[in-house]
Amino acid sequence: MVNIAGDEVDEVRVALTELAGPGAPPMVNGELLFEFPWQSRAFGMARVLCEAGVFHWDDFRHLLISNIQEWENNHSTQTYAYYDIFLQTLTMLLAEKNVCLDAELDSRQLELAARPHGHDH
Amino acid sequence: MSKSHVHPENLPQALRAEALEALLVEKGLLVASAVDAVITRYSERVGPMNGARIVARAWVDPEFRQWLLEDGTAAIGQFDLEGGQVEKLVVVANSAKIHNVVVCTLCSCYPWAVLGLPPTWYKDPAYRSRIVREPRTVLHEMGLALQADVQIRVWDSSAEVRYMVLPEQPLDSAGMTEAELAERVSRDVMIGVAR
Repeated sequence: MVNIAGDEVDEVRVALTELAGPGAPPMVNGELLFEFPWQSRAFGMARVLCEAGVFHWDDFRHLLISNIQEWENNHSTQTYAYYDIFLQTLTMLLAEKNVCLDAELDSRQLELAARPHGHDH
Repeated sequence: MSKSHVHPENLPQALRAEALEALLVEKGLLVASAVDAVITRYSERVGPMNGARIVARAWVDPEFRQWLLEDGTAAIGQFDLEGGQVEKLVVVANSAKIHNVVVCTLCSCYPWAVLGLPPTWYKDPAYRSRIVREPRTVLHEMGLALQADVQIRVWDSSAEVRYMVLPEQPLDSAGMTEAELAERVSRDVMIGVAR
């Protein structure tokens, strides 16, 4: 048995409220649905940063909803990929707050892409 | 190279997420283990599998079943539930002639410790008002057609008391292990909009 600290209880309660409603992540049978590991990393990072006070979840959610709307306006016949827009929203918000700039993110992404094949196997 | 040959770890989004995490760790804004903990918390420790485990236990253990129905809050104490027992949990059992369904007419009180995130329709004003007035019709619209002789009991959750439905064990599940049984139990069955 694992004992849950009181503050973690509060975090989960807050999170459960925050994750419902508009901009809610895809769920199946009440559970979050991740198709790829990076999607769960993106979700986890956003929650940790929110819990650490880097941003408010409502700010993130509003930007996420507006990014989803913008995507839908430009792609009338397609369904959006939730976590693609989720990650885009997270990087936008962090750039706005000068926490992590697009340029450094782009350059790090290029470095990672240039790794030799099978780097982590 | 076609997209199907790209290893998932090398998708542009995967690389971007990895780059972001590495930079945030270097900046001291997060530690990877905290991200791991959040993922575990949401994917394994919060969700209807908690309720499903409780239902499966009640199916295989008659003494636990009785305890669960008499004092749900105490009975689920032995399960490692996220959030523990904040509210009183009342478990109501379906039978051949009784069907239970849960609602919160005032707002959206929900036994999240056992059922995780509520479905969108649970907060829908139409569900909240109509399930009380015309439960048979609403359940039918949601895909559950009950025989006319099955009595429907509607349980209205509140900030103090949360309800969970204990479904009947499917006839074709005899001999299954507790873990196998738990996989058969869906969230909707424990809310009472399915059987």
